[in-house]
Formats: sequence, C-alpha cells, structure tokens
Amino acid sequence: MSSAVIDRVLGTAEERPAWQERPRLATRIGKVVALLGVCTLIVVPLLVVVSTSLASPDEVTEGGGWVLWPTEPTLQTYQDILSGGTITRSLVISVGITVGGTLISLFGTITLAYALSRDHFSLRRPLLLMVLFTFLFPPSMLPSYLVVKNLGLLDTYWALTLPVAINVFNLVIMRGFFQALPGELYDAARIDGAGELTVLTRIVLPLSKPVIAVIGLFYAVGYWNSFFHAILYLNDSSDWPLQAVLQTVVTQGAALGGNTSDALSDTGALAAPQSYQMATVVVAIVPILVIYPFIQKYFTKGVLTGAIKS
Amino acid sequence: MTNTLSRTRSTGAPPGRRPPGERPRSPWRARLRGQRTLLLLAAPGIVYFLVFHYAALFGNVIAFKDYVPFQGVWESPWVGFDNFERMFQDQAFWQAAWNTVAIAGLQIVFFFPLPLALALLLHSLARGRIRALVQSVVYLPHFLSWVIVVALFQQMLGPTGMFGGDVAFVADVLSNPDAFKPLMVAQIIWKDCGWGTIIFLAALSQVNNDLYESAALDGAGPWRRFWHITLPALRPIIILLLIMRLGDILTVGFEQILLQRDAVGPEAGEVLDTFVYFHGVLGADWGYSAAAGLFKGLVGAVLVFAANRIAHRLGEQGVYK
Repeated sequence: MSSAVIDRVLGTAEERPAWQERPRLATRIGKVVALLGVCTLIVVPLLVVVSTSLASPDEVTEGGGWVLWPTEPTLQTYQDILSGGTITRSLVISVGITVGGTLISLFGTITLAYALSRDHFSLRRPLLLMVLFTFLFPPSMLPSYLVVKNLGLLDTYWALTLPVAINVFNLVIMRGFFQALPGELYDAARIDGAGELTVLTRIVLPLSKPVIAVIGLFYAVGYWNSFFHAILYLNDSSDWPLQAVLQTVVTQGAALGGNTSDALSDTGALAAPQSYQMATVVVAIVPILVIYPFIQKYFTKGVLTGAIKS
Repeated sequence: MTNTLSRTRSTGAPPGRRPPGERPRSPWRARLRGQRTLLLLAAPGIVYFLVFHYAALFGNVIAFKDYVPFQGVWESPWVGFDNFERMFQDQAFWQAAWNTVAIAGLQIVFFFPLPLALALLLHSLARGRIRALVQSVVYLPHFLSWVIVVALFQQMLGPTGMFGGDVAFVADVLSNPDAFKPLMVAQIIWKDCGWGTIIFLAALSQVNNDLYESAALDGAGPWRRFWHITLPALRPIIILLLIMRLGDILTVGFEQILLQRDAVGPEAGEVLDTFVYFHGVLGADWGYSAAAGLFKGLVGAVLVFAANRIAHRLGEQGVYK
C-alpha cells in the first residue's frame, strides 16, 4: 500500500492541525486496513446476494450455492418471482402496510407531539408523564396479544399497525423539534387570530418537513422490516407480508418451502432455489436502499443527533 | 399559562376580591374549555397509549389467573402465585433466563465497546468525503430486517454459503448449539456496530478543539490527550448507554433469536421472550407465560432504577433524575 493511497484516505499533512503529530506509518496502515475490513465485511455479503440472484440457476449450482460475480447476469429469477404468485402478493401487501402504517403513525405522532409541545396546554405535564412512563414498562407480548384479540383485530391488517402506531422515542424527537421552533411564530399567529389547528397546519408543519420526513422514514422502515406481528396476528400465511414469507425461507434452511414456491414450480428451477431465495432477499432490500440516501441526508443535518442528546 | 394570566388581569379585579354574586369560576375547567382543539389533537395519541400500553399493562393480571381464552380475562379463576411458583421450579425457564443473561453479557463485553472504537477511528479521519462514504456503508445494515441479516449469514456461512461449503469448521456454525451465543453476538455486531457510532461521533464533535491544542502544546501525547480529554468527554454517554443496556439485560433480540432458535433447539437457543412466545401463544399456556413476561418486565424496571442510582452515586446524570 503506497503512502499516497494512505494519504488520500487519512488526509495529508496540510489538513492536519499544526499541533497534531504526524501518525506513524504503521498506525496509518492499520487504520486503512481496519476501515477496509469493516466495509468489506458489510459489502461482500450484499454483493454475493445480488450476484447470486442475477446468476443463472446452472451457474449457482456449479458455484455450490453462491456466486461472487455472475458471468451471464439474467433477470429471469426476478421475472419469475414478480409475475404473480406468493412473492408478488406479499410484496403488494408489504407496500400497503408500510404506506398505510406510516400515515397512521405520522398522524398520531404529529398531533400528540404538537399538543404536548404547547406550553399553555394544562394537561401537558400529566399526559407527558403518562407517555414517558410507558418507556419504563413497555407492554409485553401476551397482554398486547390479548388487547388485539379483544378488540377483534386478529387477522386484520389493523393488528400490524395500530399496536405499534406511536413510538415514544419518535414522539419525543418530534415534540422537541416543535418546541425548538421560534416562539414569535406562535405569537404572531395568535395575534392574527389563528386557532391551534391553523397554527399546526399552516405554520408548524411546513417548517417541520425535515423531522417529519426522517421520522416517517423510520416508521416506514419499521413497518417494512417487521415480520413477527404478521406471524403473531395473521393466521393465514397467504395474507403475510414479504418479510414474513421470507422468514419461512430462512427458518426452513436452504430448502425453499412448498408454500413459497408456487411461482417457481412451473419454471422447473427448484434444482437451484438459491437464486430465487436471493432474488427475494434483494426485493426486500431494494426499498431500503432506495430510501436510505434520504435518511442519510438528514443525519448530516443533525436532526437526529440533536434530538438524541436531549 | 400566559394566556390565563392576561385574561385575569384584563378583568381589572385583583384576585380574591370577586364582585359579589358571581359564581367562583373553576379556572381549571375554564382553561381546558379554551383548549378544546389541543385536547382533540392529543386524543388519538392518548387513546393509543391508554389502549395499547395501559390496558395491555393491566392485561398482566392473567399472570395471577388460570386464563382460559373463552372465559376471558375477567371470568378466569384467580390462582394467586401458582404460575410464579411453577415458573421458579421450571428447568426450562431457568435455562431461558440463563441464555438471555449469557447472551446479554457477551454483548456487553464484545459488542458494546466496538461502536466506540469504530467512532474513534472514524473521527480520526481528516478527509470528510471518505469519512462520509464509510459512514454510509456502516450505517446501512441497521436498516435491514433481521430476516435479511439471517439470510445473509446463511448465504455466507451456511452449507451452501460462500465459506460454509468449503470450510468444514464453518459449515455447522449455524446449527451448532455451542456456537449459538457467539453467533448471536456476531450478528448484532454486523448489524448495529456502525449505527452505534452515531451517538459517539456526535459527542466527539462537541469536544472543543482548543483543549487538544493546548494539551498538545503542554506536551501531552496522543494517548494522554485521549485519556484526559476524549474519554472524559464521552464518559456520560458511555455510562448512559451502559445503564440502558443493563436495564434491558433480559431483552436480547427477540426477532433475531426467534428466527434461529429452531436450528439449535430450545436448550441453547431459548431466551425469555421466545419462552413466552412458545409457551404462551403457541402452547396456549397463557397465565404461565404471562407470569414469565411480567417477571421479565419487573426485573427490567428494577434494574433500570438500580443502574440509575449507581450512576447518580458516580456523579453522573443517568437516564432520569
């Protein structure tokens, strides 16, 4: 590894403050190796999954179940799993739950956070304490299950959204953001005779786009990724979202179970189910990759880090 | 508050000397009436917490009952502490409790320091571009679901995986009961080590650079600067995170372990949360597993209180005052 490469990664002498010693070469090589190692450990598994999904079944069989770089990439597996069948159906269900759930969560979080952020709201303290208390005693699985059951929500998609609709952490972040808005805005609106609802929709919401975006993305990722509530609350596996279907593949080991493979059976590709499994994994990852840069954008703005500290 | 103050002032009468004949207004109710919109806005969220948190909390009474689903929570007969007595004599429960604490302990020793180390490494990078790139890569796994993480590990280490197919030692890592606990820790390292750096990086960026400069001018080397400036700056956060982890010691990745418990069997792979799920939901032993869940919740709350007390003793802020 040449010194120039290391300088490119770690910065040259001119970028270092004058008082800082020039690190020894061994230290600098160690740093670069450590960083490359960490990134490799994360990127390689993802690369193998994508490559395997793009390889032809024959190539996957030849490679013993995995491919690092497909020689003749094909989208055949994606065509198969996305042309109807279990994966396609569960994908549509997942999208529905994610969109609907995120809207419900944002509505509940914004309205409550706004009310709890207004200083003159007489019930602010008791309600805030009531909300924060749940942080100490999160509801456990069985009692939650009983609540869902007694409300008659079993086997409905409400069961996947309502019980996890508001996250206390997100609520606190949102409230903190609302409180940090300059008080003059509120005063000015009051003088103009605007009611709370007008203040919220006309003034607070437009100013809070970044925090709403990032918290909405957090909710969306949560809904997209969850599989346990589907297994717990939905009896019929044909109603399951993508992650729950993928879960049966994972827990049943390498064999792609019969209930997930109706898209595959007519292609005769069961001899190499690995590429289908991996294509399903990729389908589950892609939405995350698509929204990830947007989430990233807000980390740098410090929306989160500021809130985490408080 | 300011609102009511100005209103009373505008009546001109000093408080306590009300014109005769006027009924004493209930200030509390009057104030709330003016806040009807705020109440309405708060309502959906409050109903959510009442139903899915407080009613669910109340549902824990079935731990003291022989809960029969068709009789309901109210009608099922009380059994006192029978469920708890049975639980304390149950070998499987103690095994699950031990596995939970063992995995959490391994996490604290092997996972907990890693985000700090990675954050220090990232912080020492002068180049903003490279640092941002590395950060994007290491944060990403946090956003992948456990299903996907486990699938990735299988594709790497499983019998048809990249390493498992060729290296005999690796091939049975995923199904070897002895390797289960380290495997769980390795997975959480892969998933959350990068994400965990965020809070440390935020703290590191707050440290005043002048401190480093004057220390360096006074002859303090990199290690002494780290020991006397960096570490004290991170101390409150390290202690805060440690408290939160200790209070949560009976919680170890439920979804993660649920996905992989069957590969090694309950003796090695059962933790308290999966114990509740398999006995309660799947085994229909409701009261009994509710007792296990309640036990877990109470111990967790006590641990948070205790850890917070210790933090205060050490002169730290802790989670709450």
